[in-house]
Amino acid sequence: MPGMLRTYWVVLAVAVIVAVLPYLVPTTFYLRIAALVFIFSIAVLGLNLLMGFAGQVSLGHAGFFGIGAYAVAVGPAHFGVPSWLALLLGLILAGVIAYIIGRPILKLRGHYLAVATLGMGILIAMVFTNEARFTGGPDGMAVKRLVLFGWTARGSVAWYWISGVTLVLAVLLAVNLIDSPTGRALRAIHDSEVASRVLGVDVARYKLIAFVLSAVYAALAGAYLALFDALVTPATAGFLRSIEFVTMAVIGGLGSILGSIVGAALLTVLPQLLTVFHDYEHIALGFIMIVFMIFLRAGIVPSLAQLLRRTPQ
Amino acid sequence: MPEFLQFLFSGLTVGAIYALVALGFTLIYNASDVINFAQGEFVMIGGMVTFFAVAAGIPLPLAALIALVSAVIIGVLLHVLAIEPAKGASPVTLIIITIGASIFLRGVAAVVFDKNFHSYPPFAGSEPIRVGGATILPQSIIVLLGTLAIVVALWALMTRTLIGKGMVATATNRLAARLVGINTAAIVGVSFALSAAIGAIGGILVTPITLTNYDVGTLLALKGFAAAMLGGMGHPFGAVVGGLIVGLLETFGAGYISSAYKDAVAFLVILGVLLVMPQGLFGSAGVERV
Amino acid sequence: MSVLSVENLGIDFGGVRAVDGVGFAVEAGEIFAIIGPNGAGKTTLFNLISGLYPPARGKVLLNGEDVTRLAPHLLAARGLSRTFQNLQIFFRMSAIENVMVGRHLRERRNVLAHLLRLPSVVAQNRDSRAKAKDLLNLVGLGAMAERPAGELPYGALKRLEIARALATEPTILLLDEPAAGCNAVETAEVDAVIQKIAAQGVTVVLVEHDMRLVMKISSRIHVLDQGRTLAEGTAAQIRANPAVIAAYLGAHAGAEAGDAGR
Repeated sequence: MPGMLRTYWVVLAVAVIVAVLPYLVPTTFYLRIAALVFIFSIAVLGLNLLMGFAGQVSLGHAGFFGIGAYAVAVGPAHFGVPSWLALLLGLILAGVIAYIIGRPILKLRGHYLAVATLGMGILIAMVFTNEARFTGGPDGMAVKRLVLFGWTARGSVAWYWISGVTLVLAVLLAVNLIDSPTGRALRAIHDSEVASRVLGVDVARYKLIAFVLSAVYAALAGAYLALFDALVTPATAGFLRSIEFVTMAVIGGLGSILGSIVGAALLTVLPQLLTVFHDYEHIALGFIMIVFMIFLRAGIVPSLAQLLRRTPQ
Repeated sequence: MPEFLQFLFSGLTVGAIYALVALGFTLIYNASDVINFAQGEFVMIGGMVTFFAVAAGIPLPLAALIALVSAVIIGVLLHVLAIEPAKGASPVTLIIITIGASIFLRGVAAVVFDKNFHSYPPFAGSEPIRVGGATILPQSIIVLLGTLAIVVALWALMTRTLIGKGMVATATNRLAARLVGINTAAIVGVSFALSAAIGAIGGILVTPITLTNYDVGTLLALKGFAAAMLGGMGHPFGAVVGGLIVGLLETFGAGYISSAYKDAVAFLVILGVLLVMPQGLFGSAGVERV
Repeated sequence: MSVLSVENLGIDFGGVRAVDGVGFAVEAGEIFAIIGPNGAGKTTLFNLISGLYPPARGKVLLNGEDVTRLAPHLLAARGLSRTFQNLQIFFRMSAIENVMVGRHLRERRNVLAHLLRLPSVVAQNRDSRAKAKDLLNLVGLGAMAERPAGELPYGALKRLEIARALATEPTILLLDEPAAGCNAVETAEVDAVIQKIAAQGVTVVLVEHDMRLVMKISSRIHVLDQGRTLAEGTAAQIRANPAVIAAYLGAHAGAEAGDAGR
């Protein structure tokens, strides 16, 4: 089935990259950066499901990222819950909160939805900043390392593989979803909500599904980052992080799975290159956002695909 | 009673700034359907440029003027370089552009100036005035009077001048305005310039009370947006009323309930308005025609 | 019992009574046409029936059940389907995927199964795809199945919407100006498709301006003017009705439509 091969090549490509990259890089420092890229890719992939496929906007997604991160911090530290269980509970918590907030919020559209999600994200970050008794306040808290069957997940190599394999699975699930009744419903909603309704699609339900799914992806990524860094701060759930996620999704290309990874890679690697000019980070980010939205609105991957499609002609 | 009055004065003062930010939002939104997230940055520029000019030895009135002009120039540049080129883009794209502009301006401010908090002496002395058991700073009165003056001036502009009427026409029906010869692109540029000026004046006036910092823009923009939404997106009078209400809710909330979550009030307002009455206090509900 | 029954339906937009006191009953197997000048409220009427606008007055009954304020997706589950005057195609999806969305009601909706791509989902996809292909063939678009809908010509898109609406396996299909903007060849194609649909037992309600088409295929015609019912009857009766001629057909058009009837 040629159609299926066309969509599943993405999974294969990502798997190959993950498998081969360690042999191509000189030091484990690069594996650390790669692990960060993989982790952010998972979050951006989830956001892309919501924005690129279902066509809804969320400017507060770091809130869910933060829920995952603080779950694996607070659970072991204050409740004696083992890290792996805290992670699972974090995912469930993010999903539940997304469900509760999503039901009223997803009735909104366009910039109303954008601002509502913005407010949601900032409120979540505010809770992390203020409830210092649990969360360590503005300075954050340390995170106990993940221990599985006696083995401690520590270091760039371990987290490279953990996040890499998880990314491949996340991509697989996303590709599965796209060519399924749910995926078609989401894409239909994006193109015409009205037509979707009269064809029997319960639009409210599917928007909620996309929202919850994207929240769980984000929470997983957040938990991974916290466990990797052994540290979590409220900035993890902050407004700037939400905007970074959206920028990664949009720059890579909304509606493109590969685009999510490209966008995440670009905005993760860039600050690494600019560490010398750390103060210029905001200037660069703002500039990139503006330039891409004016000149390359479709995003990198779809634009390249468009170019390649036209060349034979 | 004195406590209540104190909160009232503080709430109105900070609410006046939110009102100015909301007014700026409204002007730009009416002319171009764009939600300008960089609105808060104009307030920041007003305060920061004034401080650094004063620190460089320039007398306060001139420094304030320089700040005002800087903000207006940046507002126009924002329109010409970032908004105009993206004409016809989806609301989300435009939001990302203005957020990008906000982040950009913030980054520039952090580099050109610094990351510290700054202030300069109040205009009419710092001796608090006693009113009914509470005190109010002279600067607060200046803020309130300044806001009132701006609102009146704007109203006069909209109703008495040709440019103002052009703006009202553009806001009502852009195509029709173009068809009768109004240069709508220029009108949008004017709305950006005016918004920048209004925001900058707010920043200039309020810095002696709240201090200024490269980062104040973000929260201000969001709270100003909450105010604009509360008043009804696109209604200038609503924006002002919304700003005062948000300021009062915030101050009373911080005073009587919890000061840690002071900033949350504006967001709760946003969420509340969006979910309960999206058209705001003075707006009208829309109907989608298929 | 009528398939679709509308009683005293009314809605206002601001001060305008867009639809006022409209009532009719459509019997199974009919091709029921709604005609009238522009602004008569025909599309608004469709939007009221298909649940997109809540009526201010009146009732809509589907097979005897009061469905007046039911959400559109619930109406679809009860056998109502429609197309749109201004095309609401899923432009980013291929033609066949557009039609597959119409199969949504018949597909199992377990999201977890979809995420994991269980064998049941694979079988489901194959089944939906096959049914969609059949429908595309029915409307003559079989060759364009994999093309992105955005690349199809206008006439093809009109037929695509019909195929998509049929994918829900409706008992009654509302067609909103299916021949709008179509040339003579395309209109003949639409004509043939509607006849095929009716032959399969689907009740058709048609809003149309093309009088030749309307007079040719309709079993009954309901005339709207300024939101109110002007007349109802067979093609012959409507053609001869002086009020209808005055408001809409015009003496010439009345004669023209008469030619089409022969």
